[in-house]
Amino acid sequence: MTSTSTLSSMRRLVEQLKLEASVERIKVSQAAAELQQYCLQNAGKDALLVGVPTGSNPFREPRSCSIGQDVVLVLGLDLGLD
Amino acid sequence: MVVCCCLGRTATWVSYQLKIHAQKYMRSPLIPEMATQEVQLNETLAHLKSESESLKSKLEEERAKLHDVELHQVAEKVEGLGQFVMKTRRTLKGHGNKVLCMDWCKDKRRIVSSSQDGKVIVWDAFTTNKEHAVTMPCTWVMACAYAPSGCAVACGGLDNKCSVYPLSLDKNENLAAKKKSVAMHTNYLSACSFTNSDMQILTSSGDGTCALWDVESGQLLQSFHGHAADVLCLDLAPSETGNTFVSGGCDKKANVWDMRSGQCIQSFETHESDINSVRYYPSGDAFASGSDDATCRLYDLRADREVAIYSKESIIFGVSSVDFSLSGRLLFGGYNDYTINVWDVLKGTRVSILFGHENRVSTLRVSPDGTAFSTGSWDHTLRIWA
Repeated sequence: MTSTSTLSSMRRLVEQLKLEASVERIKVSQAAAELQQYCLQNAGKDALLVGVPTGSNPFREPRSCSIGQDVVLVLGLDLGLD
Repeated sequence: MVVCCCLGRTATWVSYQLKIHAQKYMRSPLIPEMATQEVQLNETLAHLKSESESLKSKLEEERAKLHDVELHQVAEKVEGLGQFVMKTRRTLKGHGNKVLCMDWCKDKRRIVSSSQDGKVIVWDAFTTNKEHAVTMPCTWVMACAYAPSGCAVACGGLDNKCSVYPLSLDKNENLAAKKKSVAMHTNYLSACSFTNSDMQILTSSGDGTCALWDVESGQLLQSFHGHAADVLCLDLAPSETGNTFVSGGCDKKANVWDMRSGQCIQSFETHESDINSVRYYPSGDAFASGSDDATCRLYDLRADREVAIYSKESIIFGVSSVDFSLSGRLLFGGYNDYTINVWDVLKGTRVSILFGHENRVSTLRVSPDGTAFSTGSWDHTLRIWA
């Protein structure tokens, strides 16, 4: 019967809302401070944010020759490319 | 809301039926009991309806109480970001039609991508060489994922399935022969992701559900019900934060799920249109979403609310995909107006806009070590940016 299935889905909805209402929450100021702290702590490692020394970002090397590229990376040569 | 309309119609339908039955079977001794049952049903429904309404407003109240400040206010003292020099470093050409999805391998150089014409290609992003190619039996391969080991890829789309292809070192071997069907949905596959191992896959589908599968046996381990419409995207929490994942759908909701119990533990509904992409913040305490309403939003899981909106009046096209840089300071969004907007997550401002694609950007992922990000587009190409 349509009404019985509506009833059971309404019961589920109410149970779900009760569960969501019972979640433990912290203040936005505290949450925001922690998000900010994480960003600042890890900023140094973020290549897209701060950039990395020439030669250590493989994508910034032109892909002229894949073998040559591996050699360059192994020898740690800075050819001043790009 | 849809639920209220249904209830209203059901209540009216029930009382109409009651009248008809009463007229037909006036002399039957069963009538009083039937009538009482129907009335009781109506009362219970009405009671539940009002309970759900009051719970919803209580939820909003509780969330609002803790909303003491905005994220960008907290971040006022943080140094602003300078000019960014990000350009296309590689262009991967080879797909014959719209690129719909891509994923990085953990080795930070290989990429798997899938397209509308049914092709799934594995690339070496450093050299732009194609290493493997598979043709799926269906078109619109909307989802693809690389296995953590790098030894397999998973993909699916209009075939309603998610299939796993082990990658062979022998280039001549026919990958399609070793294909394993893992997931079965009753509508299109919109997204898939391996969990921490090659053994389990999480999928989301146009049938409104997400599901966790065992790769070896194809068995359904857990299903996740709660979205009221197609689920379009999902993302697993970073491993340190435990067994949860977030999903976004056409019902404008982003739901956070417990993978073991199948329960939806938190739900967010602030977007004004379909949510096309969700991605966890690197610490696991928040996630970002991108939507057809042209905004990206940040939701903090511990504050249990939206804490930032990334939008501009000039941006009117939907966001198809989002991802964070390694530290979480930058949010990259691929848009349907062919551009990529780069946002300062803390301050809420746009720091850069990147041009290059000649059609909508459909997928965007930052590489595992954060040195580059890749985009796939309806212009048939993928681009690596750094």
